[in-house]
Amino acid sequence: MTLAAASHGFLSPTGVEIAFLLVGLVTLGAAVLTVTTRQLVHAALWLVVALGGLAVEYLLLTAEFIAWVQVLIYVGAVVVLILFGLMLTRAPIGRSPDADSGNRWAALTVAVASAAALVWVVVDAFRTTWIELDGPAAGSTAVTGASLFQNWVLPFEALSVLLLAALVGAIVLSRRTKAARADEVSRAGTPQGQQGGVR
Amino acid sequence: MHLAYPAVLSALLFCTGLYGVLARRNAILVLMSVELMLNAVNLNLVAFDVWLSRAAEETLHSGQALTLFTIAIAAAEIGIGLAIVLAVHRNRGTSDIDKLRDTAEGHEPDGPDTDTPATGTAAEKAEATA
Repeated sequence: MTLAAASHGFLSPTGVEIAFLLVGLVTLGAAVLTVTTRQLVHAALWLVVALGGLAVEYLLLTAEFIAWVQVLIYVGAVVVLILFGLMLTRAPIGRSPDADSGNRWAALTVAVASAAALVWVVVDAFRTTWIELDGPAAGSTAVTGASLFQNWVLPFEALSVLLLAALVGAIVLSRRTKAARADEVSRAGTPQGQQGGVR
Repeated sequence: MHLAYPAVLSALLFCTGLYGVLARRNAILVLMSVELMLNAVNLNLVAFDVWLSRAAEETLHSGQALTLFTIAIAAAEIGIGLAIVLAVHRNRGTSDIDKLRDTAEGHEPDGPDTDTPATGTAAEKAEATA
């Protein structure tokens, strides 16, 4: 460990570290804006920035395959799903004053306390540990595919069954039953049917 | 690269997501904060896998495999979660988690605003099962 510490300058960051730090700052800022902004659609768009920044961090850590999967699934699919969810629940465009609940100060206390504890422990534990980023990429598609289909085949297949079950469950949950639909049609004209419109 | 950089970034992202889960009121915003927490865990897994693939003799690349599994499970989670939120919004007319207190102990319904949709939902359920 001391040898490793001696061969790396502690306070002389390499170019990769500087890039990681800058992208990390952008990612963290976007994440903070995601959880603090009062405009719901803006929160989803800041989430895109945060997830894209994380994809760049994966690229800097030489995990290429994970980075592209992150771009495809998170930035591509999950954010679109969230935007559709916001639209379907008739989220207000513009500032909504009740985006934060009343216990935000307790939440802030908990978050800051856990952040301080985690950062302290992590920095203390891995003070003298370096990642060697030279040489072949640790997460290229060939390496990831080989390990996934040699050592992780059974969890992989189980996960595909889980995805199928989740899809069927989502369809069943979001399908309207006949009685509910008839009920909604019958009271669509009354003010109670449109109660939750603007909130 | 110093291992503390990705570890600290992931710890901070996790705590940001934790704040969002605790402080947000809209259910979809809570789901977005959960996504942030899952991504923080993914960053940790990838960083430690890259470190171990150099430091250890033999490695299963378990970090990257688990990251892929986490991403798939997060996709399933957001699908199911949004379906539940949409169903709640259809029944109650709100996706405000502070107002969904039917199973809470010691909380009377605040007023007619929360009372009426609840009884409406009960009637709707009875109608749907009949």
